[in-house]
Amino acid sequence: MLWGVVQFPGSCDERDALHACGQAGEARLLWHEERDLGGLDAVVVPGGFSYGDYLRAGAIARFSPAMEAVADFAAAGGPVLGICNGFQVLCEAGLLPGALLLNEELRFVCRQAELVAAGAESPFTAGIEPGERLSIPVKHGEGRYFAPPEMLDRIEANDQVAFRYAPGHNPNGSARDIAGVVNEAGNVLGLMPHPEHAVEALTGSVDGLRLFEGVSRVAA
Amino acid sequence: MAKVRVLIRPKGGILDPQGKAVERALPALGFEGIERVRVGRMVELEAEDPERLPELCEKLLANPLIEDFEIENLDDGA
Repeated sequence: MLWGVVQFPGSCDERDALHACGQAGEARLLWHEERDLGGLDAVVVPGGFSYGDYLRAGAIARFSPAMEAVADFAAAGGPVLGICNGFQVLCEAGLLPGALLLNEELRFVCRQAELVAAGAESPFTAGIEPGERLSIPVKHGEGRYFAPPEMLDRIEANDQVAFRYAPGHNPNGSARDIAGVVNEAGNVLGLMPHPEHAVEALTGSVDGLRLFEGVSRVAA
Repeated sequence: MAKVRVLIRPKGGILDPQGKAVERALPALGFEGIERVRVGRMVELEAEDPERLPELCEKLLANPLIEDFEIENLDDGA
């Protein structure tokens, strides 16, 4: 299977994302001016500070040619994974519900976080049972998941919560401990923690690899 | 060209940690009795077609889920 990893000016995690995708197939970079996603089986919108995060994180990236193509790809059912800044971009683009705000304590957090799989069905969570715990790092300044209460109720009722921070691990004040959500169809997943940084035992955890392997299993 | 100022604020009820941090710093500087500090953004621009500005604000300058915006016409009375 072939992965595309979007690269905006200001992206910084695209190399690790390529490495992670490369363990579950082939992967290539997708420059932000590219519109042609021909041949791709899945797309990753990686972390970083796209277009300097000016205005709001992800606000400008959503208008890039590559993101317009990614929106079409997602609408056609293609699997899309947004990590950190990529999650912010997908929320700004309206592909995922909610928004990400400045961390409650204003500090940039960079540490390992314990996540609990919350049961959302998606290609990325295909091999992960609800209630399973994953150890995956977070590193962000604007990761406080927010949605109005009625939207949160709807997301929960639809089983769109993919991951929550384990009790006591919410690093940013996210509503209802939400760390990652999927769209209604389940093919788009966004999360603040970085599964692409948790694919080698050398760096402490390989739990992140399971999200990438999940898709390649579904695609195969 | 119409000169315009757009004010963007966090919606009421949304925790604004920037505002809180500013508020907490004030007593140390001798400013007592300041409450409910909220920090937003201000964008100035010139537009050929001001009719389209609300759409522009909703699509880019503000995120309607978390922010309110207000468009001020700077040509008034200038």
